[in-house]
Amino acid sequence: MAEVHIPAMLRELTGGRAMVEAAGSTVREVVEDLERQWPGIRERLVDGTRLRANLSVAVDGEVSPLGLAEAVEPLSEVHFVAAIKGGAPT
Amino acid sequence: MHNKVHVRTTINGEPREFLCEPRQSLLECLRDVLGLTGAKEGCNDGNCGACTVIMDDRIVASCLVLGVEAEGAAITTIEGISQGSRLHPIQRAFLQNAALQCGICTPGFIVAAKALLDREPHPSEERIRTYLANNLCRCTGYDKIVRAVQQAAASEEVVR
Amino acid sequence: MSDRQYAVVGTRPVRHDGADKVTGRALYGADFQAADLLHGCVLRSPHSHARILRIDTSKAMALPGVKAVVTAADFPQGPDRMVDLGDGDVPISYVRGNLLASGKVLYRGHAVAAVAAVSQHIAEEAAGLIEVEYQPLPCVLTAPEAMQEGAPLVHEDLKTKELGQPTDRAGNVAEHLRFAMGDIDAGFAAADVVVEREFRTATVHQGYIEPHAATALWNNDGRVLIWCSTQGAFIVRDVTACVLDIPVSRLKVTPMEIGGGFGGKITVYLEPVAALLSRKCGRPVKLVMTRKDVFEGTGPTPGSFIRVKIGARNDGRITAAQAYLAYEAGANPGSMVVPGAMCIFAAYDIANVAIDCYDVVVNKPSTQAYRAPGATNAAFAAETVVDEIAEKLALDPIEFRLRNAAKEGTRRADGPKYRRIGCVEVLETMKQHPHYNAPLEGPHRGRGVAVGFWFNIGFPSSCNISVNADGTVNLVEGSTDIGGSRTSIAMQAAEVLGIAAEDVNPSVGDTDSIGYTSMTGGSRTTFATGWAAWEAAQDVMRQMKERAAKLWGVDPAAITAETGLFRSGENKLTFRELAARLVETGGPIVGRGAVNPKGAGGSFAGSIVDVEVDPETGKVSILRFTSVQDAGKAIHPSYVEGQMQGGSVQGIGWALNEEYFMSSDGAMLNSSFLDYRMPTALDLPMIDTAIVEVPNPGHPFGVRGVGEANIVPPPAAIANAIYRAAGVRMRRLPMNPPAIMEAIWDQRD
Repeated sequence: MAEVHIPAMLRELTGGRAMVEAAGSTVREVVEDLERQWPGIRERLVDGTRLRANLSVAVDGEVSPLGLAEAVEPLSEVHFVAAIKGGAPT
Repeated sequence: MHNKVHVRTTINGEPREFLCEPRQSLLECLRDVLGLTGAKEGCNDGNCGACTVIMDDRIVASCLVLGVEAEGAAITTIEGISQGSRLHPIQRAFLQNAALQCGICTPGFIVAAKALLDREPHPSEERIRTYLANNLCRCTGYDKIVRAVQQAAASEEVVR
Repeated sequence: MSDRQYAVVGTRPVRHDGADKVTGRALYGADFQAADLLHGCVLRSPHSHARILRIDTSKAMALPGVKAVVTAADFPQGPDRMVDLGDGDVPISYVRGNLLASGKVLYRGHAVAAVAAVSQHIAEEAAGLIEVEYQPLPCVLTAPEAMQEGAPLVHEDLKTKELGQPTDRAGNVAEHLRFAMGDIDAGFAAADVVVEREFRTATVHQGYIEPHAATALWNNDGRVLIWCSTQGAFIVRDVTACVLDIPVSRLKVTPMEIGGGFGGKITVYLEPVAALLSRKCGRPVKLVMTRKDVFEGTGPTPGSFIRVKIGARNDGRITAAQAYLAYEAGANPGSMVVPGAMCIFAAYDIANVAIDCYDVVVNKPSTQAYRAPGATNAAFAAETVVDEIAEKLALDPIEFRLRNAAKEGTRRADGPKYRRIGCVEVLETMKQHPHYNAPLEGPHRGRGVAVGFWFNIGFPSSCNISVNADGTVNLVEGSTDIGGSRTSIAMQAAEVLGIAAEDVNPSVGDTDSIGYTSMTGGSRTTFATGWAAWEAAQDVMRQMKERAAKLWGVDPAAITAETGLFRSGENKLTFRELAARLVETGGPIVGRGAVNPKGAGGSFAGSIVDVEVDPETGKVSILRFTSVQDAGKAIHPSYVEGQMQGGSVQGIGWALNEEYFMSSDGAMLNSSFLDYRMPTALDLPMIDTAIVEVPNPGHPFGVRGVGEANIVPPPAAIANAIYRAAGVRMRRLPMNPPAIMEAIWDQRD
């Protein structure tokens, strides 16, 4: 089971929990498992087929460019973090 | 159609002539009329030094000089600093000391540094900083630029 | 120090584009020439907030020599929609609106119309003949003002996003986010010392010496060709295609050399406007900003209001840290308050943290990235409070930081744990540095320190390498070169190939000739494009070995390659010798690399500064400055030093003099280099540097981006030094002479 760290703003959906466990071998599967446990959370994380544009996902401390497709190991730590870009085009 | 003035001048040792409107600056004439784009426009009001050229043995901000004022003058631009295909010691020192990052201020600095070393072959660090105070650089923090000028001054081949 | 020995990495070759740059031959955006070129001029709003009632361009069009005039009406019309241009979803009306205003102008300097004419002077005359009727509206200029109930609304349709969720609340707060860990109240309850302070910083500009410049030609074959100074040719392509509603394949962007960016030349301002002008008249149109345009019409960095509260025990351990950050986004949302909030306590291992951050629109230019965006403001606040607490606990400021320093495994407020990072190493280097241990004598003198952090990013990069018959290689990569990066990229390829740096010919490709590459920013270029070059070089080596294998009749796996020598048993060939035989062994060799890497290691930086404060004038002189930074692995140490020095000096300017001096109706009163006072050579001493190398496990050579973190600590370090020199704690930026004198006089009263 992966350790999923819940950003402060979403803890109301997980009963105040800052850390929950979820199963899955990719971030997408983990999000599905989170949704099963805590309905409504997927919509805050995912927009259509990809992560919400203002979010990135970090697995074991590394922000992943693959987003939902990133692989997750059984004891991985998963974080949803604010996306950092170098600058805006607009 | 504005009436143009016929200007005869010397640029980098060569006689040049061109037509310009009275309202055009020397910087515009160099860049847009003569195709010498080495001098850069950073502010157009004499406060950044990116347009520095030597005019009759002193440095000027070419954005503050009118093109018609070049009549009869001897002007040196960045294009005239190297000696044929050989880089001037100041240019070599800038490269060896990594004294440029984006390079936009570099032509102005090199022209100003040449003017300084032509009149003061062994300037102190404070003298270098004072003389170059009107050349703004946003990338380097000036450290390596000052070191490059010091190295060029110490080099025996500085050509007057 | 990383102790792996390299042949090329870590050396200091002369940069490949050096001769062109010191002779004035290098061509920057404004140097571009073309047949039939027209010159453009942009008309900008004199009002900071106004409705546009009417625009009449007829007199401008009638001026002899004018070939085209455009306004927002020339954009494709249609319903608004969300677009993702790489920074999250944003309404296309906001993107187009910042290029040419529609409906309202939101800041003084907001572009309203543009003209193309046969000369720059005629274009300027024509712009002056465009009649715009405005209805001025009340403006808001600071975040606290804009956040009040009943404040004038910058965008009537903007609804606050609260903790990630859209709401129906109209206002000037675009977003409120929170980061929290542990139990903040328990944390403060456990503290022996608590300090809470408020800080304000003014708007500052990146200050690049080259104004924005772009030329566009809407060609007869329907392709739009652009030559421009930019931090991202592909960004220009994507944004221009989006706002003009044309496919990206119709655009070709050729990046010219760029005269500084620091984050401010990622945003697109001129290219779509030049393209619209060119479409109307069928000729290439060059648009170059004036210096006033740059100050008033581009993207400075946010002014801010920050409150920081930190609690610590007598043994020096921080027990709780809380922050409230409200940043001015300018006219459009997106102030970089979020990275600021993520960085504010990033140097410390703190169990109980609560950070609230607010992105607030105001009637100022729409802010953009400036070197570690958001982090410098935040560090000014946090590192000043840290200094105060260290003093109250009678601890050396570096020692106090060491007792709380973030390490591998420390959890940051925004969630993830750090991987290998160099915070402790940077602090130790500062502590042992001769500067820190040198006596500082004399009245009105003081020394201050501070540290800062920046994440650095990865993002996509592409690189091709082709082998020449003489043993040199041509390397094409997609990162526009703002500071010498083409050389550090070439050096990484040279290291893999076993050849000299001089034997690589690097060049920056246009959008037709190289694979997608993200912008030069975020301290990503040496890291990510270097990695693409590393991969391309590995690809070349694999193919070279196959050729040698053919020549020698052996298995490629039996061939070793080291420092340019291929060997198998008794057989050997240098890279150069093998390169001469490619045609006979199968044809040219082209290697490719395309990456979107993880593993961009964050960088910590520290500043040590000695100042002297004149008690009569408030002038602060920098006596000595040392920049310390973790580079992971310095590919070209001279350019790493240059980044550290340049960022430090920008930080010094930010600290002491730079600000947008605004009138009460939102006009910038100092929009020239005379009065927007950036440091000159005469204001500074030499800037000493100490490069720390804690290798980034995520990169083949251990590279961490170094471009940004160095600008983060200087303002706080200078504030801490001023305190020791003059006995006053400064809580506003800039700390200019009038501000210092006021603080000194207040203290005397």
